Amino acid sequence: MTTTTRQRRAPRPSWLLLIPALGLLAAVLLVPLGQSLLTSVGAPGFTLEHYASLFTDGVTLTVLGRTVATAAIVTAVAFLLGYPYAYLMTRVGPRLRGVLLVIVLIPFWTSVMARNYAWIVLLQRGGPVQSVFEFFGADDIAFQGSVVGVTVAMSQVLLPFMVLPLFSSLGGIDRRLLLAARGLGSSPLVAFWKIYWPLSRGGVVSGLILVFTLSLGFYVTPALLGSPQQSLIAQLLAQRTTQLLDFAGAGALGILVLVITLTLVAWANRFGGTISAIGAAATTDRKEQR
Amino acid sequence: MTISSTSRAGTPTSSASAASAASAAKQGTQIRLEGVTKDYGLAAPAVDDISLTIEPGEFMTLLGPSGSGKTTTLNLIAGFETLTSGTIALNGSDVGSLPPHKRNLGMLFQNYALFPHMTVAQNVAYPLKERKVPKAEIARRVSEVLDLVQLPDRDGNYPSQLSGGQQQRVALARAIVFNPAALLLDEPLGALDRNLRAALQTEIRRIHREVGSTFVFVTHDQEEAMNLSDRIALFNSGHIEQVGSPEQLYREPDTLFTARFLGDSNVFDLDGAASATSAGWDGRTWSIVPGTVSSHPGAANRAAVVVRPEDVRVAHDPADVPSGSNSVGAVVRDLEYMGSYRTALLDLGRVRQLGRARVDALDSTFTVGDQVTAWWKPERQRIVAA
Repeated sequence: MTTTTRQRRAPRPSWLLLIPALGLLAAVLLVPLGQSLLTSVGAPGFTLEHYASLFTDGVTLTVLGRTVATAAIVTAVAFLLGYPYAYLMTRVGPRLRGVLLVIVLIPFWTSVMARNYAWIVLLQRGGPVQSVFEFFGADDIAFQGSVVGVTVAMSQVLLPFMVLPLFSSLGGIDRRLLLAARGLGSSPLVAFWKIYWPLSRGGVVSGLILVFTLSLGFYVTPALLGSPQQSLIAQLLAQRTTQLLDFAGAGALGILVLVITLTLVAWANRFGGTISAIGAAATTDRKEQR
Repeated sequence: MTISSTSRAGTPTSSASAASAASAAKQGTQIRLEGVTKDYGLAAPAVDDISLTIEPGEFMTLLGPSGSGKTTTLNLIAGFETLTSGTIALNGSDVGSLPPHKRNLGMLFQNYALFPHMTVAQNVAYPLKERKVPKAEIARRVSEVLDLVQLPDRDGNYPSQLSGGQQQRVALARAIVFNPAALLLDEPLGALDRNLRAALQTEIRRIHREVGSTFVFVTHDQEEAMNLSDRIALFNSGHIEQVGSPEQLYREPDTLFTARFLGDSNVFDLDGAASATSAGWDGRTWSIVPGTVSSHPGAANRAAVVVRPEDVRVAHDPADVPSGSNSVGAVVRDLEYMGSYRTALLDLGRVRQLGRARVDALDSTFTVGDQVTAWWKPERQRIVAA
């Protein structure tokens, strides 16, 4: 009550607080993005040839496909590792939860270079990981210089982006609902599938989106751990801008990736939106009852 | 979606069929607990060697202060907790090792535990779907039971769109729609405000009457227990203090704990053990009549006299006290106006123990500081184990 009246009395619009951030965003994101867009359509004239050539040069589509496939695998791996991990975090005491959180955040706090070179040491030909696999007879797997190594390293660094939204979503689920489902005739597995899983879907969707979109733009890890023959889209972009100086082509490629990403986010928002709306309603409701 | 549209279509005729379904379901389950113990490895077991038989169709309340083991006992019956020792049998068959989803018991929680991502109709249909009931029958039974709990038009709403009282009605509908062997209620009215609680008590009593199945109700609220129950099992630190009808527990408590937990009482710790005919307190001797002495074994060693305030009368003149009454000299400490009567707070005897007596609201002859005599009929007192 007090807050509402206070807000009504205050004449200063609080959105003024957004101006510094919006100004910065406009200067460092919107302006260069607009420039790229203009360059890509051949300003001052207008042509779509740079876009057309993305689909005809025989390289871009292959790399794009490989990037999407890699991102999908990384997202799947992060989800399969992250969901049980986040679930465990909601079930342990506060101290162990802190430890689990730190473990998942360590790659975050490590420098990008240190982390990637550490992976090179581990994954290189004759390195510890390959030796283990060789011991079990799998001696033809190349970790470094292949998509496999890139996937492993990317999954590790992107795991927090899966675990954190999942943890916040799973932590908000009332476990007594599972008891209720058990009492109403559901086995533990069915109770999980019909009650827990649908209620966790909001967190799942945001985790998947975060990891997938971040994977699409990864540059350093594929550059160091992958190989030029198996480059991903960010490497292609870098190559076009720094080596070929083909700014129009790079601009067109950048815009294409942006469009793909935004389409995906919009689609997932529509899918996840209804779920988070129900979740939010359930949360407010619980607060009211207290 | 199909469910909600079908049930709306079925509304005009369904109140009659709800009643018939309720009477058709009139079958109760006996719940027998024998030597039930739950030990978490703490100083004392949470539930310590409890034996209790809940009769078919009975409304049994497990009453007690928090931490007395009543909720643990309910969870043991439901299967949410595992027995340390003892047996739990439903209609004679041991269910102690069955998981909760195989016990076929309805459960009502204090926080309602409605599934937030399902509509009212989907929530209520849930146990039926789990039992693979045909779709058409699910629709019929959901609309019947929503009529029974008087929520016929909210089937398409989500739980968050309902008030607390409505949510608990939906939870109740969901807990009885599959004709469970018994309904377990874990402080279901605890989260509701006073007026709503009274309304839902009436509702629960009506539904118990109509459905006719066994209800096991957990509460710490003695008024609620007295109001609803056929019998009350009073819990005290892991064991059952006394089992009986609300009237038995109120009129014939066996122990001081029972006397104090249910209603107000004047308690006189006796000077020694009571004899068959008399008891001493504060230097005076009171008579005891047969049938007022608790059979509790503890009463032989240490006993107390319990008298309810409504049974204590106050007289200005000791000569007005009828012969054969037990009496004690008192000073009026204060008078509380209760509307239909007044409560006199008294300093009783030489030890000036605080006591309560009921005085007619229109009787203005008493004032604070008056020297009076408090008296009661010996048949209205109870000798309990202290």
